Amino acid sequence: MEITKSLLIILITCVLTENFVLSQFLGICPFLGVSKKVSSAVGMGAVVIFVMVCATVLTYPIYFLILEPLHIEYMHNIAFILIIALFVQLTEMIMRKHFPSLNKSLGIFLPLVTTNCAILAVTILNVTSNYGFLEAVFNAFCAGLGFLLVLLIFSGVRTRMERCDIPDALRGMPITLIAASIVSLSFIGFGGMVEGIFGG
Amino acid sequence: MNYLSVFTKGIIKENPVFFMLLGMCPILALTSAAQNAVGMGIATMFVLTCSNIIISLLKKVIPAQVRLPCYIVIIAGFVTFVTLFLKAFIPPLYNELGIFLSLITVNCIILGRAEAFASKNNVFASALDGLGMGLGFTLALFIIGSIREILGAGTWFGIVLFQEQISPMMVFILPAGGFFTLGVVIAVINRLLKKRPHNISCDNCPVKGMCKRGE
Repeated sequence: MEITKSLLIILITCVLTENFVLSQFLGICPFLGVSKKVSSAVGMGAVVIFVMVCATVLTYPIYFLILEPLHIEYMHNIAFILIIALFVQLTEMIMRKHFPSLNKSLGIFLPLVTTNCAILAVTILNVTSNYGFLEAVFNAFCAGLGFLLVLLIFSGVRTRMERCDIPDALRGMPITLIAASIVSLSFIGFGGMVEGIFGG
Repeated sequence: MNYLSVFTKGIIKENPVFFMLLGMCPILALTSAAQNAVGMGIATMFVLTCSNIIISLLKKVIPAQVRLPCYIVIIAGFVTFVTLFLKAFIPPLYNELGIFLSLITVNCIILGRAEAFASKNNVFASALDGLGMGLGFTLALFIIGSIREILGAGTWFGIVLFQEQISPMMVFILPAGGFFTLGVVIAVINRLLKKRPHNISCDNCPVKGMCKRGE
């Protein structure tokens, strides 16, 4: 029961109240870059969920079984980013060789994932916030889910924006950022949800 | 090569934030107060300059196929150095910057300059480029941070500006205010410089060369 409750809290927190993109500002570059079309938003979101979960599965044991016993926790930055970069490169190779059709639709997003700060952030947050292994992996999954949700919502907003007559100076990036600000404002509405449901 | 223009281009003409739209995460996350913004800018400038120097020195040694992991490890090394330095000597700033200090590692500006400039130019030019781009980044953080702190909290670098006369607009220090301020500042700069409105394209992406979308 305890574990179900903590997993539910993680789910609501990551997806709605403290969304990675809209309230923690992680993964802004892909959020702005890949949200033009709904199909690419879904592809990017799926790849991010996959890499986040796998990166956590790889980095969590490395931190607690290697870095911590040796008292070199400060090396986590170098270790984690190397693992992520290697994992992404490996996945790309495997996909290209064995799943060419999947590679064609999702593979294009893989190189972008290495420099997505949300991935490195989720692995670091998982080891610094006293999560158990199960909670850490679930947290990574939910963070990715929140990313996918926001990307999807925002790609819808942008598709509609394309048909609008926008003042010259605001075209492109500025209007996109202002639209993001309004979407972010709407997510404030979820604030206090965890306390409301679970009586924190 | 004109060294002066290498140094100055990053500050205004090719400002990494306003014109190349790089490093968006720290620009939005750490600008709710001007002080944190400047601290982050200086930390990034240090890492950028050092990694530019080292990458420029090693440009003939690093094989092209694995350059991305090599660059990242060099950058991560300097980030660890900065993290430990701030933790030891300026703990309040260390606590304020939090996870974004570690995330300097994946800041697109640093990787972007490594790929676009340091891997092709000599050490001195690369150091100047790093300093200039770092200054431009700090300037952008400072501008956005000042606007948000003054409007959202009524203070500037912690100094109270409006006593009781005007109540601050809280929304500016919320995440939504970050997106909004950056959008408006970029729009104003576009208008003043009569720049062609920029598209969000692959051109400025640091991993363009490694990504198949560019082909």
